[in-house]
Amino acid sequence: MSYYLMILVGAVLVNNFVLSRFLGCCPFLGVSKKTETALGMSGAVVFVMTVAAAVTWCVDRWLLAPHGLGYIHTLAFILVIAALVQFIDIAMKRFLPALHGALGIFLPLITTNCAVLGAAEINYKQGSGFCESVFFSFAAALGFGFALLVFSGLRERLAHANPPACFRGVAVALVAGGLLSLAFMGFSGLVKLPY
Amino acid sequence: MVLKVFWQGLFRNNPTFRLVLGLCPTLAVTTSLENGLGMGLAATFVLCCSNGLVSALRKVIPSAVRIPCYIVIIATFVTAVDLLMQAYLPALSASLGIFIPLIVVNCIILGRAEAFASRNGVIASLADGLGSGLGFTLALALVASVREIVGAGSLTVWGDLAFKNLNPGPATLAILPAGGFIVLGLLLALMNHLAAWKARRQGAPAPLPVSMDCRHCTLCGHGKEVAK
Repeated sequence: MSYYLMILVGAVLVNNFVLSRFLGCCPFLGVSKKTETALGMSGAVVFVMTVAAAVTWCVDRWLLAPHGLGYIHTLAFILVIAALVQFIDIAMKRFLPALHGALGIFLPLITTNCAVLGAAEINYKQGSGFCESVFFSFAAALGFGFALLVFSGLRERLAHANPPACFRGVAVALVAGGLLSLAFMGFSGLVKLPY
Repeated sequence: MVLKVFWQGLFRNNPTFRLVLGLCPTLAVTTSLENGLGMGLAATFVLCCSNGLVSALRKVIPSAVRIPCYIVIIATFVTAVDLLMQAYLPALSASLGIFIPLIVVNCIILGRAEAFASRNGVIASLADGLGSGLGFTLALALVASVREIVGAGSLTVWGDLAFKNLNPGPATLAILPAGGFIVLGLLLALMNHLAAWKARRQGAPAPLPVSMDCRHCTLCGHGKEVAK
């Protein structure tokens, strides 16, 4: 139990996926202008990353490893993730239309979100077990969502600020992201990291 | 035509500073000049090869399944680079870590395949890949040099050519994750300022400061939303 708690705290606060590992920076800057869109994106990422971790673990353990095909794991993982996102899109539209209305437009973005493939790669490199992999991906996605939500709050304030002309747009957002990352550095050393 | 495409990728449409694409590797691997150059050259190789192959196969690939086809082509070259780097440059491969396999999801590469290589000839696509790739490498090298000089006070290229004591009081913040965001933000502001200054001197209206610009890429719904 405490091991899983350590993974959770480590992935959300200490080694946050966006702010200290730099995975998923494009959606972090791209969909953080409004809190509602940030919430939708976070929900979609948590869902897809958790499912993707389970599926990529199975693909690795039962398809790639027995045939000695570990060297093409990147190729296999990205194809599986792309197909999975398509499948979730179709299934959600059919069975959960209300949820699809809220998260639908973010789903295609997730295929090229490096956090999803990054988590699968980290799990592969660690050689961790099924529950561990799925839980780590879930925690990492929560960390991504948490950072995105906090950052969208900052950006809603920034929209009313009046920075010098050359700082408008992404430049000032990046500096604000840097300050947020600095704040998260205060959590370092909180737990001994299993990952 | 070919030279124009090359120079456009290098400066006017610089992937990092003008289009703001591929930010994850730009922030993550620029803690030292060596890492930045290694990442940039690996991405350039993948970009050239994938652009060339996508362009050569553009009449064969059915448009309904083109994105999965591009992903397979890109992932193949990325796997090749990953394995070659592990064999011949083990130290660089270890310090770049998972960011080498993650070249697969770098939006610059899919974006160029979709926006340029699928519509143009092989030679022009190769030039576009080389231009955009070297533009990316140049931007990475710039960010990495600033971070390494400010944060560590030295500049190392391939272990031999080392400049020491460039900065008497290194501010470690610059090579920490937070410094990556801040240095890139300041450099982007500088590029915006230079672009505005150049436009003013030519009497043209000042260009808008860059924002997340995915208009040229139609991969996901977000690009279309931005274009609207």
